[in-house]
Amino acid sequence: MLDVGRHPNIELMAYSEVDKVEGEAGAFKVTVRRKARYVDEDRCTGCGACAEKCPTVVSDAFNEGLGQRRAVYSWFAQGIPSTHTIDADHCRQLNGKKCGICKKVCQADAIDFEQQDRFIDIDAGAIIVASGYDVFDASRIPEYQYRQIPNVITAIEFERLLSASGPTSGHLHRPSDLAVEEEIKGLEKKAAKALKMLGKFEKKYEKGSEEFYLEYRDGKYEGDEDRRKWAEKYEAYLAVSGPLEEMKKEAEAFDVAKRLAFVQCVGSRDFRFYPFCSGYCCMHSIKEAIIANEHEPETTSVIFGMDIRAVGKGFEEYKIRGGNQSGISYIRGRVAEIVEGPGHNPVVVYEDTRERKVMEQAFDMVILATACAPSRDVEGLAEILGIEINRFGFFQTGTSQPLDTTRPGIFTCGCAHGPMDIPESVAQASGAAARAAQILTDSRMRKAS
Amino acid sequence: MRIGVFICDCGSNIAGHLDCAAVTEYGSNLPGVVYAKENLYTCSEAGIVEIQKGIKDHNLNRVVVASCSPRTHQPLFQSSCAAAGLNPYLFEMVNIRDQCSWVHMQERDRATEKAKDLVRMGVSKAAFLEPQDDIEASLIPRVLVIGAGVAGLSAAETMADMGLEVVLVEKEAEPGGLLNDLYRLSPYGENSSERIGEIIKAVSSKPNVTLYTGSRVEDIGGYIWDVDITVRQGGGETVKEKVGCVVVATGAVPLTPEGLYGYNGRDVITQMELEERLLKGEVEAKGIVMIQCAGARSPEREYCSRICCQTAVKNARLLREQSPETRVHILYRDMQMYGTENEQMLWDARGEGVRFDVFLPDRPPEVGEGKVRFYQPLTGERVEIPCELTVLSTPLVPREDSASLSQLLRVPVDQNGFFLEAHAKLRPLDFATDGIFVCGSARYPANVEEARSQGLGVSSRIATILFKEKLVTSAIVAEIDPATCVGCMGCMEMCPYGAIDYLPEEGVCRVNRILCKGCGCCASTCPSQSAMLKGFKPNQLLAQIRAV
Repeated sequence: MLDVGRHPNIELMAYSEVDKVEGEAGAFKVTVRRKARYVDEDRCTGCGACAEKCPTVVSDAFNEGLGQRRAVYSWFAQGIPSTHTIDADHCRQLNGKKCGICKKVCQADAIDFEQQDRFIDIDAGAIIVASGYDVFDASRIPEYQYRQIPNVITAIEFERLLSASGPTSGHLHRPSDLAVEEEIKGLEKKAAKALKMLGKFEKKYEKGSEEFYLEYRDGKYEGDEDRRKWAEKYEAYLAVSGPLEEMKKEAEAFDVAKRLAFVQCVGSRDFRFYPFCSGYCCMHSIKEAIIANEHEPETTSVIFGMDIRAVGKGFEEYKIRGGNQSGISYIRGRVAEIVEGPGHNPVVVYEDTRERKVMEQAFDMVILATACAPSRDVEGLAEILGIEINRFGFFQTGTSQPLDTTRPGIFTCGCAHGPMDIPESVAQASGAAARAAQILTDSRMRKAS
Repeated sequence: MRIGVFICDCGSNIAGHLDCAAVTEYGSNLPGVVYAKENLYTCSEAGIVEIQKGIKDHNLNRVVVASCSPRTHQPLFQSSCAAAGLNPYLFEMVNIRDQCSWVHMQERDRATEKAKDLVRMGVSKAAFLEPQDDIEASLIPRVLVIGAGVAGLSAAETMADMGLEVVLVEKEAEPGGLLNDLYRLSPYGENSSERIGEIIKAVSSKPNVTLYTGSRVEDIGGYIWDVDITVRQGGGETVKEKVGCVVVATGAVPLTPEGLYGYNGRDVITQMELEERLLKGEVEAKGIVMIQCAGARSPEREYCSRICCQTAVKNARLLREQSPETRVHILYRDMQMYGTENEQMLWDARGEGVRFDVFLPDRPPEVGEGKVRFYQPLTGERVEIPCELTVLSTPLVPREDSASLSQLLRVPVDQNGFFLEAHAKLRPLDFATDGIFVCGSARYPANVEEARSQGLGVSSRIATILFKEKLVTSAIVAEIDPATCVGCMGCMEMCPYGAIDYLPEEGVCRVNRILCKGCGCCASTCPSQSAMLKGFKPNQLLAQIRAV
C-alpha cells in the first residue's frame, strides 16, 4: 500500500468511483467521480487532531461495528492516503447543526464543508478491474441465528477481535460479555450521577440517604416536598445500583473465549445462496484458530467442514501443524443448526459422519466462515464498463486469456474474477498488468510506425 | 562539520506527548550542530522548504530529521536534500514518533528525555556519514525462459509482445510440456493439444523469440542483469546467449506410484496414463474406480497437489460422456474443488451419476482381484466395488533435475523440492534474488489457467525492470576490503541474495553491488571487519552507540 502511495507513476484516487467509460482499447476515456470528503486531500496531513476532538461517535465499520469512530475519520490507521474524511451522514455541521470543531482544530486548514463531488476525465489505454468481493451476509441463514445469538460471529469480526489494534486489543472477549460490560459502564455513569445528587441532599440534611429513606418509609416526613424528591432520587439510585452490583458480580466470572467452533461453507457450496466454493475460507479458519491458540495456549478449536480444502503451497502442512500443535480438530460435515445454551454458549448441532451420530457441542464462541460473495454493485459496474458477468456473479473471462474480460482492453484479477487467496490474487494482478502492458506497448508501437 | 537538526511535531502525534521545543533547544547545542528548527509537519511543503532553506542559509553539510518512520518518509527527505544540493546520503533520520511518542504516551518527561537521546545518537552518527552515488547499471532487454510448457510459453508470448527479446529453452524435442500428453482440459473440456497448439503457434510467430528445443541450459555466468548462458542443444553443439533476466518455468511431473495400490500400468494406472488411453480412444473398462491422494498427503509427501481432484472429476465425466453405461467411482479424502467452475464441475458430475465416497487415510482402499475394497465411514461397513480399471490420482512432483537447476541459478527449493518464491503471499512469482522469477508448476502444481496467469504475471514483473533505461539502486551496499579479507567465505553463507563471490586467484570474497541489498549480514559475520556496509560502518554505528 505504501509503495503504491508513493510511486511516482501511480496516481491514487481513493474514495472515488468510475462513472463512465467511453472509447476502446488503447484509447479509453474514463470519467471518475471523486466523492466529497469535506477534507482537502492536498492539505490534510493525516495528523488526526480532528478525529480526536470530533464530538460525534459513530459505529466503526472497519472494526465490523465492534468498535467506535468519530464522524471525521480515517478508515484505518495505516490507510493510504492518510487523508481523513467526514462522514456526511453523521457530521453535525453537515446536518445543519452547530459544530465545526474539526475546522477549528485543523492546523493544516484542510476542512472544507463546501466541498462537492468532482468529476475527472482520464485517458487510459487499458483498464484493470480489481473491485474485489463482499462478505456474505450470514443473517440470511436462519439456522445459524447469527443475529440472534451474540456469540456467533463472522470470520471477519473474529479477525478484528484477534487484532492487536482492534476493539479488544487482541483479547477474545465474547460479544455477550462485551455487551454486559458496556451496560455496566452506562449504569456506573448513572449511579455516579445519582450519588452526586444524593450527596447534595445528605449534606443539606446532614444524614445518610439510607437512614433517611427508612424514616421516610415510616412516614416521618409526610408533606415535605423536598424530602419527597430526595426519596425519589434514592429509589432511582436503588433501581440502578441493584442490577449494577449483580452485573458486576456476573462480569467477574467473564473469561476470554477458549472453546471455539469454526463453521465452514456459510453461504458457499449452498444452492440457496452461492453454489461455488469460496476457496480461501478453510485456510482462513485454520489461521484464525492457530492465532487464537498462540494468544491463549489453552484455546481449542473445532473446524466443521464438508471438505477441508488446503490446496495451496504449504497449506496441507499448515493444516496438519494446526491439528498437532494448536489444538485444532477437524470434523467432517455441514453444521445443521446453532442454538443458544446456558451462559450464552452457542451450541453446535451436527452429524458426526465418522461416528454416524447427531451430536451437540457447546462452545464459548462460534465463528462463521462466510462466503466470498460477488460485490453488491457488480451489475452496475459491469454496465459502466461494458463487460459481462458470469453465472456466478463474477466478471466473465476468456479461456485462452484467463484475465481478459469480454471487452478488449479491460482485464480483471483477484476476487472480482472469482474467489481466490492472496498469492493467487497477487499473481493474477501481475498477469493483468502484463496484459495491459502488452496492448499498450502494442498501440505505442503502432503509433510509432 | 555543519549539521542541521529538524524536529517534527507531527501535529500532536509527537508534540502531544513530548516537549519538542525542549528537544530542539537541546539539539541546537549538540557538537557540530549549527542550526536546529522545530516544524509542525516536516513532511509538508512548508517543512521541506525549511530544510532546503536551512541547507542554503546555514551552509549545512549534514541534515538530521527527527520525526516518523524512515520507511515512509526517508525517500522524501533525501530527495529534498538532493534538490537543495546536499548529497542525499548525508541525511540521517531519527524516529521519535513510532519509537518514542507513540509508545510513551503517558510519560511526557521521560519521552522527552528519550527523544533527546535519540537525536544525540542521530547527530553523532551523522558526523561520520559519507557522500555516496547511487549505483547504476545497464540492462539487457533480453530474457531467458527455461521450459516451454504453458507457463513458459505464456511468459514468452507476452514478453515478446512487449518488445523484449526472449530466449526460450525446452528440454524436450517439442514445446508444449504436459499439455501435449493430455486429452481434454477442465473445466470446459477443450482439446488440450489444440489449446497448447495455439499458444505455440503464437510464440513461433514472434520474431523476437528464439526457441531452442531438445536443449538445456548448461552454464550460467556473469551476474543478473548481465547473464551469460550456455545452451547445449540436442546435437551436442553449444550456443552462448546474453540475457538480463531469467524465468524458471520447468513445470513438474506426475508421480509414478511404484508399489502403491498394486500399480502395474495395465489395470491399475495413473490419471496421466488414463489421459493417454483417452487420447487414443483405448478405454474399454465399464467399471472404473479412481483413488485420490495416491502418494500425496502422506507422511513421505505431505502436500496436496491441488489439481488432481479436478483432473479426476473431469476424466470421470468424459468417461461417462463417451459411454454412459460406464460406472465411475471416485474415492477421496477431501474433494479439492476450490473456486467457481471446479465446484460446479463436482456438482455436475454428481448429477450425471459419478459416485463419490470418502475413505479414511488410516484405512486406505485395497485394490486387487478385479475389485476395490474400502471402509465406508458413512455406513460403517466395508464396501466392495467390482472394477476393471483402477486409476490412481498421483501428485505432481518436482522434476529430477530441478535440484541441479536450483544450484546453477543459486535459487532455493522448498522441503518438497518445488522452487521457493521470495514471499509466499506478496511475492509469489519472484525469487529473493533480483531478476530471477518462477511460474507454473515449477513453483507448485497449477492448472492451465493458473499456469498461464502466472506466466503473464512473470512478464510484468520483468517489464518493471527491463522497461527502464538503466538500473538505479541504492548506494547502501556492502563492500569487502581485499587487503584484509582472508577468504574464509563466512559471509557467503550468510548472504541471502547470493551477492558474494569467492575469487580463487586473489583468495578473497567480493560483493556484487548490483545484487547486494544492504542487509548487513556479511558485515556482522566477517571476523576481520573486511566486509562493511556503507552508511552503517563500524565508526558510524559506534559513534551512535557511544552517544547513548
